[in-house]
Amino acid sequence: MKSLKRINYSHYINYVVIAVFTMVFSAISLAGGRLDSSLLFLFEKMAISIILAVSLSVVVGFLGELSLGHAGFMCVGAYMGGKLSVVLEPVLGNAVPNLLISLVAGGIVAAICGFIIGMPALRLRGDYLAIVTLAFGEIVRSIFLNSSDETFGGTLGLDTPRFDKKYLFIFAFLMVLLTLLIVQNFIRSKHGRAVTAIRDNEIAARACGINVTKYKLLAFIISAFFAGIAGVLYSFSNYTVQSASFDYNYSIEILVMVVLGGMGNINGAIVSATLITFLNTKLATVLTGDLAVLQNLIYALILIVIVIYNNAPALKSFRDTHNISLFIKKLVRSKHDPASIKDDAAKWDVVPTKIEMNEILSIDMKPQNLGSDKPSKGGDK
Amino acid sequence: MSEFILETQNLGISFGGLKAAQDVNIRIKRNQIYGLIGPNGAGKTTIFNMLTGVYKPTTGKIFLDGERIDGFAQDKINHMGIARTFQNIRLFNNMSVVRNVMVGLHNLPEYKCTVWESFFRLPGHFRAEKKMRERAKELLRIFGLEEERNNLACNLPYGKQRKLEIARALATNPKLLLLDEPAAGMNPHETEDLVKTIHFIRDNFDMTILLIEHDMKFVASLCDEITVLNFGTVLAEGDTKTALRDPEVIRAYIGG
Repeated sequence: MKSLKRINYSHYINYVVIAVFTMVFSAISLAGGRLDSSLLFLFEKMAISIILAVSLSVVVGFLGELSLGHAGFMCVGAYMGGKLSVVLEPVLGNAVPNLLISLVAGGIVAAICGFIIGMPALRLRGDYLAIVTLAFGEIVRSIFLNSSDETFGGTLGLDTPRFDKKYLFIFAFLMVLLTLLIVQNFIRSKHGRAVTAIRDNEIAARACGINVTKYKLLAFIISAFFAGIAGVLYSFSNYTVQSASFDYNYSIEILVMVVLGGMGNINGAIVSATLITFLNTKLATVLTGDLAVLQNLIYALILIVIVIYNNAPALKSFRDTHNISLFIKKLVRSKHDPASIKDDAAKWDVVPTKIEMNEILSIDMKPQNLGSDKPSKGGDK
Repeated sequence: MSEFILETQNLGISFGGLKAAQDVNIRIKRNQIYGLIGPNGAGKTTIFNMLTGVYKPTTGKIFLDGERIDGFAQDKINHMGIARTFQNIRLFNNMSVVRNVMVGLHNLPEYKCTVWESFFRLPGHFRAEKKMRERAKELLRIFGLEEERNNLACNLPYGKQRKLEIARALATNPKLLLLDEPAAGMNPHETEDLVKTIHFIRDNFDMTILLIEHDMKFVASLCDEITVLNFGTVLAEGDTKTALRDPEVIRAYIGG
């Protein structure tokens, strides 16, 4: 049981870090301290990216399906939430209740879209699902682009109420906390276990009585709900919604955050979302004029370097010795005994199977070599 | 409560023009260990796949404990009471051993916990998780896997992976357990161990077991009754010793 308790501590680190961060800056902001408006904008952007990356990792990292239409869900949320807040503005003004109602409504409409797009996901997998979700994102975008000026603004875009920047980023980070709470609780419950079981082996999951339909839909709905919330935040952060911003590249950028953070690793997704957003915003402000063309080049180079660093075999020994998680482990767990799961796993090669002397001649000594990494092509299924 | 836990009537399936199984009638009594044997390509796994709902039979009916189950979805059939293992082991490789078993416990009513309860970590979530973990550990203890419960499933040696797959299938609380070549790839020592395990499951879980196997010694020492298949049709059936001596069966296996 000791190992379980040890894991439980690290479960809450990300809440604590983000909560402390939010409290410090909201205290400064609400106490009338001067925070640069570009810094606040950066915070909002970061919060939106974290929500997007964490919600996408439910589908990509835990369900194991490739979705390229995450910006589409975001687009639905942005337009629906934005429109609702415009409608509510005469009644509620641009105050907190309006903000909260719009956030929830945007999320719910996006979740309904998630349900609809989840349906083909039950029959399609891999590249085909990626194509369907990609098409979904583009279709949604074109629908809003071709809407009339009175409904969703069409090509001009939809102007949203101007909420006070002083507290908008606080709500953005509260939404990050909500996303983390729901997503992590879901993943670490029996329902999340069913979702990961489907990723690991769908046939076995069915044979264990897991309702694959239900859990795939559920994963899509959760993912879309939070993408919708991120979309609403995006519309408030920019004061306007432009359908052009939710294009294919944006979906890919979210996917890059998830992949760089490590599939199925929520903390990794948070870190990479923060870094990529920071990097993009800084590059956009630093490189101006003629140098602006270098933005994408530098961004791409940095991504390539990170990927190579993470995977190159030649750097393995360097990675093993200079490792953030190892460093944190040393700090946090110096009192615990060093026996980690990794060591236990390694022990399998050392522990001999119980074999009596007279049997040795007739027995294959290494049964573990027959392991199921690459199952033989049998008649099964 | 019907006399037979599993009964198939004229069960058959064809893929295009190929009749993979035809007129298969199997009757398994409660608490029996029943064998399904036959040369390669005889249609044994196809029958397993029909019983568990992977394939829909084109003809015939399947009754589990008197209830018709053919045409149901795989998870529904599992809820009705059939659990299976696979010819190529199919574990959830990136999960720990105990979690593999907990996936098997997922649908039992005593571990019920709604999605909302798990979203907000309400008491129901913790209650269900605790009970599931305890039950999973109990099952692992029976199979001698308790020590390895926090290891990844893919790091277990072959024999233990087989055992874990059986433990996971038993976790779903079935009436009938289907084992697809449980002794494949095992050394004699592990096979002997498996015979004991299967007897133990039958006696202690009050289980009926249907298994596919190629190892004749294994079948003869374990099964009460068998059905021999060849080219999708039943060649012989009945008491193990008699059926194995049937001249047709011998011809199918060694040619001539």
